[in-house]
Amino acid sequence: MHEVKTKPAPLSKRDFISNQEVRWCPGCGDYAILSQVQKIMPELGVPRENIVIISGIGCSSRFPYYINTYGFHGIHGRATALASGIKLTNPDLSVWVVTGDGDGLAIGGNHMIHLLRRNLDINILLFNNEIYGLTKGQYSPTSELGKVTKSSPFGSIDYPFNPPQLALGAAGTFIARGIDREQKHLQGLLKHAHTHTGTAFVEIYQNCLIFNNGVFSHLTEKEVKAENVLVLEHGKPMIFGKNEDKGLRLNGSHLEVIRLDGKTSHDHVLIHDETNKIQALLLSELTYLKEFPTPIGVFYHQDVETYDHMMIKQIDYAREQKGEGSIKALFHEGYTWTV
Amino acid sequence: MAEDQHNISKTTEEVEVVTIRFAGDSGDGMQLTGSQFTNNTAIVGNDLSTFPDYPSEIRAPAGSLAGVSSFQIQFGSQNIYTPGDTLDVLVAMNPAALKVHLKDLKINGLLLLNSVNYTPRNYKLAGWESNPLEDKTLKDYRVAEVNMSELVANSVKDLNLSPKVINRSANMFALGFLYYMYDRNLDSTIDFITNKFGKYPDLAEANRRSLKAGYNYAHTIKVIRTNYRIPKAKFKKGTYRNIMGNQAVSFGLVAAAKKAGLELFYGGYPITPASDILHYLSGFKNFGVKTFQAEDEIAGVMSTIGAAYAGDLAITATSGPGMALKTEALGLAVSVELPMVIINVQRGGPSTGLPTKTEQSDLFQAVLGRNGEAPIPVVAAQTPAHCFDAAYEACRIALEHMLPVILLSDGYLGNGSEPWRIPDYDKLPDITTHKKTNSEDFLPYRHDEKTLARPWVVPGTPNMEYRVGGLEKSEGTGNVNYTPENHQLMTELRQRKLDIIAESLPPVVPFGHTSGELLVLGWGSTFGAIRTAVENALAKDLSVAHVQLTHLNPFPNDLEKILNSFKKILIPELNMGQLQTLIQGKFVVRTEGLHKVMGVPFTQSDIYNKMIEMLKGQA
Ligand SMILES: Cc1ncc(C[n+]2csc(CCOP(=O)(O)OP(=O)(O)O)c2C)c(N)n1
Ligand code: SF4
Ligand SMILES: [Mg+2]
Repeated sequence: MHEVKTKPAPLSKRDFISNQEVRWCPGCGDYAILSQVQKIMPELGVPRENIVIISGIGCSSRFPYYINTYGFHGIHGRATALASGIKLTNPDLSVWVVTGDGDGLAIGGNHMIHLLRRNLDINILLFNNEIYGLTKGQYSPTSELGKVTKSSPFGSIDYPFNPPQLALGAAGTFIARGIDREQKHLQGLLKHAHTHTGTAFVEIYQNCLIFNNGVFSHLTEKEVKAENVLVLEHGKPMIFGKNEDKGLRLNGSHLEVIRLDGKTSHDHVLIHDETNKIQALLLSELTYLKEFPTPIGVFYHQDVETYDHMMIKQIDYAREQKGEGSIKALFHEGYTWTV
Repeated sequence: MAEDQHNISKTTEEVEVVTIRFAGDSGDGMQLTGSQFTNNTAIVGNDLSTFPDYPSEIRAPAGSLAGVSSFQIQFGSQNIYTPGDTLDVLVAMNPAALKVHLKDLKINGLLLLNSVNYTPRNYKLAGWESNPLEDKTLKDYRVAEVNMSELVANSVKDLNLSPKVINRSANMFALGFLYYMYDRNLDSTIDFITNKFGKYPDLAEANRRSLKAGYNYAHTIKVIRTNYRIPKAKFKKGTYRNIMGNQAVSFGLVAAAKKAGLELFYGGYPITPASDILHYLSGFKNFGVKTFQAEDEIAGVMSTIGAAYAGDLAITATSGPGMALKTEALGLAVSVELPMVIINVQRGGPSTGLPTKTEQSDLFQAVLGRNGEAPIPVVAAQTPAHCFDAAYEACRIALEHMLPVILLSDGYLGNGSEPWRIPDYDKLPDITTHKKTNSEDFLPYRHDEKTLARPWVVPGTPNMEYRVGGLEKSEGTGNVNYTPENHQLMTELRQRKLDIIAESLPPVVPFGHTSGELLVLGWGSTFGAIRTAVENALAKDLSVAHVQLTHLNPFPNDLEKILNSFKKILIPELNMGQLQTLIQGKFVVRTEGLHKVMGVPFTQSDIYNKMIEMLKGQA
């Protein structure tokens, strides 16, 4: 070993690539997301040993094996609960949950909403491919109504969840959406989620090449995506379209699309305010509405004291009030007698 | 009653052992009365054992059978192992309590009744056809029929209290009455009342006066010609306190964490009769204890696995239905080889079953109830005080061998209490962990030869970032590995951990004879009833012995030899024969079972009678 202590060299993306062979289908959207996460990790300013990635079960949940941090591949639906225990045990860790639409919203829906309401400082990446990938193609809680799959040959009769809206309803404090193919945008979102103190919920549209190919093509194909995607930016007007010729306006309590063709001025266009919950709710409503663009970016962001912080405070307070616990005193409290 | 109140000459008699049950409506304060009597009994130096039995409904209709709450205590100058079988004294505050409990009162036993509650409406509600105070129902007992409420009212006239408050203090009257009968000092309860009702001086005064009124009243009436003194019990030298099982569990956990140099994490969801463990631990914040009330038992155990991964002594506790929910996660815990303790305070099943009643029917679930080959050590507590040792032992095994351990308790132990000889913390066995902080020779699944533990490297430790999960993995690297040979190897390795634990268990020493006619083999909370029955049989020179197992998986290695040293083996259980099946599956022995699933513990006579029957068959 070297005698002189040197400052460790800054980490690079390469330091976050594990020695395990990646086993997703070639062309799966998961690769792009993995790559963005590996890219931003060195930039977070967190020592690699303090990063933990936790997942459930699903194609997406293989994620921890491929990234060279601490990682835990749990059981189906329970990653959020597993992560909670890790975070509470060591609040200094940077804890990331990787989950799927089945893992996080079907079997793990309960733990998901409870993590959101408790607001532990954990980042959730929900890989939404609107299908069960690993079990080879059944409809999921985000599949559209009427979806024909292996388990719904006549079309599904399940209404889908609207993930950002669900997260809002569960009192989430950071709610965002990205797309596997929008790499730069996704990197920004991931970093933003990291800086949020509290539970960050990031839904990522991910293409399952094998069982649900193209469900997001209207949001990813060059020719059409500008017409269909609304990129939310805090403090900026909600404008979209190839020629930036469309915007969203508030009409009563509804949003509407307006054409910015000279007649209607930019002044009518709604300005995005991440801290406005009602506006976030209206935006989340657009998820499945065909006549509206699909918002991506940060829907909502509010700083609220975290569960982990309150827990530490409470323990400190109890120590202050009662003094550091003494086992002997505990054993001998109350009436005792000596023989 | 005036005619009763002559000055009668009284005598004091010495007795060895007494059993009392306080029974009344949920609102009558019987649990509090019982616990006051218990503390007072500890103070006079008797050995004791208690058993509270309360309704599962929070507010069952007043006066109904479903609303009856009771508290039983056996105390004496001998070793007391159980709360007692039949009653010397039954306090029945209302006709429903009488209906439920009269059958357990000895012939000629003393019955203390609050007559004001024996109205036609009440006795009909309790299912009596006529007033039991007036027909022949009570002819075999000594009856002290007292209008407690009126006597209390007379004693507090000047305080201007509502009839409701006065009625509520009747329990103190009953307590005072019994304090007289057993020649007790009232101070401990007077201090308690003064503390509890400090802010309401009138209420405190009413309770104090009620207590004294009961005491004085007992002194004046004819039915009580004698009062009793029970000599001090011979305790092993030491300092004692009274302790409840769930409390003892939480003490054991905190002590083990401290010994191992770890912080304690508890993740769980409330369920009767396990919730008190969560309640106790959540009060221990100044020990650095982290309690996490999760959204369900699955989250409870998953957060516990997370805490174990991140380096805490991780605990979850529940009862049967919650245990069922934790099942899948326990398989994960086995696979990732992380230390944690899962506590099941058993209750009557199946399904929601008998939430507040006791049973031992989750043994199969603990030993076998998982998909795949997923061996988990199982430790069972035997008495309320033993809950401390069992919890400590479960933590020790988990930490020293890096695996989950199940601790079985039950409602009877959890809520029951007995004197606890307070251990010297410094002398508790050391607990070593497998925490590893230097990366030399690090492989996440390299197993220590002696314990088969893998290294416990927690996130935050530099240069050892590793991934773990529920997929089968290679010995050493821990990388995912589905090859046939590897799965065989890993499955055997996980089982071998238990074999190694078996080797480290202390020898099993039968109580009574080391060989002979009949061995009574039990586990868990049947300890007291079995021990009492076996002691009684030994006193009659019968060739019997008792072994109570703490370790149910793996079984101790010397058990087989002991089993083979007796002609007959009786296995009494509060289930349909689960230990019996496991024993017969593992050893070539014939055994006989005794199965009780009535929501209540064995009495010593249940066991004794069966023993005699088996011994006769022998002759
Ligand atoms: C308890 C349990 N039930 C069912 C399964 C089977 N299963 C594994 S992954 C999965 C669905 C995965 O879908 P999703 O979470 O959307 O992940 P994806 O594969 O699409 O990334 C199912 C049903 C399981 N592993 N465990
Ligand atoms: S099945 Fe779909 S989601 Fe799974 S790896 Fe293949 S492409 Fe990706
Ligand atoms: Mg999916």
